[in-house]
Amino acid sequence: MIPLSNYLIVAAIVFGLSLAGIIINRKNIIILLMCIELMLLAVNINFVAFSSYLRDNTGEVFVFFILTVAAAEAAIGLAILMVLFRKRETINVEEIDSLKG
Amino acid sequence: MIEQIIFYVFATILVVAGAMVVTAKSPIRSALFLVLAFFATAALWILLESEFLALILVLVYVGAVMTLFLFVVMMLNLDRIALREGFVRYLPFGLIVIALIVAFMLMVIGPRQFGLAHYANPANHPANYSNIRELGLVLYTQYAYPFILAGALLLVAIIAAISLTFRGPRDSKTQKPNKQILVKRADRIRIVKMPSEKKQ
Repeated sequence: MIPLSNYLIVAAIVFGLSLAGIIINRKNIIILLMCIELMLLAVNINFVAFSSYLRDNTGEVFVFFILTVAAAEAAIGLAILMVLFRKRETINVEEIDSLKG
Repeated sequence: MIEQIIFYVFATILVVAGAMVVTAKSPIRSALFLVLAFFATAALWILLESEFLALILVLVYVGAVMTLFLFVVMMLNLDRIALREGFVRYLPFGLIVIALIVAFMLMVIGPRQFGLAHYANPANHPANYSNIRELGLVLYTQYAYPFILAGALLLVAIIAAISLTFRGPRDSKTQKPNKQILVKRADRIRIVKMPSEKKQ
């Protein structure tokens, strides 16, 4: 008998970890992208848990679409990263400041 | 009882792997720990009886997205030491943020609100229950248009990723429209004056 709150707590911890990762790793864009993936994973855990406990398929369909969008996001993000590295020879976040006002 | 053991084992693996993703020394290690986190999540989802999504998570994420991440990490020539600068400086702030967020979330989603008293454990599905069938029944009827939109989104992502990283043809023959337009008559045609010849 696992209560629903256990799943929600695990998802909350993973979400907090990934948010802390975005704050701590100010240098490496790849780790920032991975933290975003981890964040989406935490949200998906919530959706699947509620979908299972409420006996409603809608949450699972939503997770399906989130996975699609996350795959597209990862592909385009990594493509932009490759172009950036070719032009600037760095993926350091603090050196990418051409747009500062 | 066995379900609880499985849950706590995989939840611990998930949290530890998530922490290692954030704190690992090299990007390759953090990518591999992210793979471990996805596997642990897939196990949790199987425990929640959504087998299709768990397998999709392993196939799509571990099989495609994380492989892409590893490829990119290995293709870039990274300076490992420079990427860790500022880690200690921002560490206290990060710890404060994670403590605050998790504490606030635990107040809202704790056992008092979402415990067994409010959301009872759902009865297990019968052995002949097919998660894929149930999902397909709503996905192709009620959610047909979002499904088509998701396909279009993936097509756009393919085109965007290829056109961003495509460096142009190297040795294949292509048209150059500007040269085609700028060409003059004299470049192509040479009129040769010669006397007309008689039929023999």
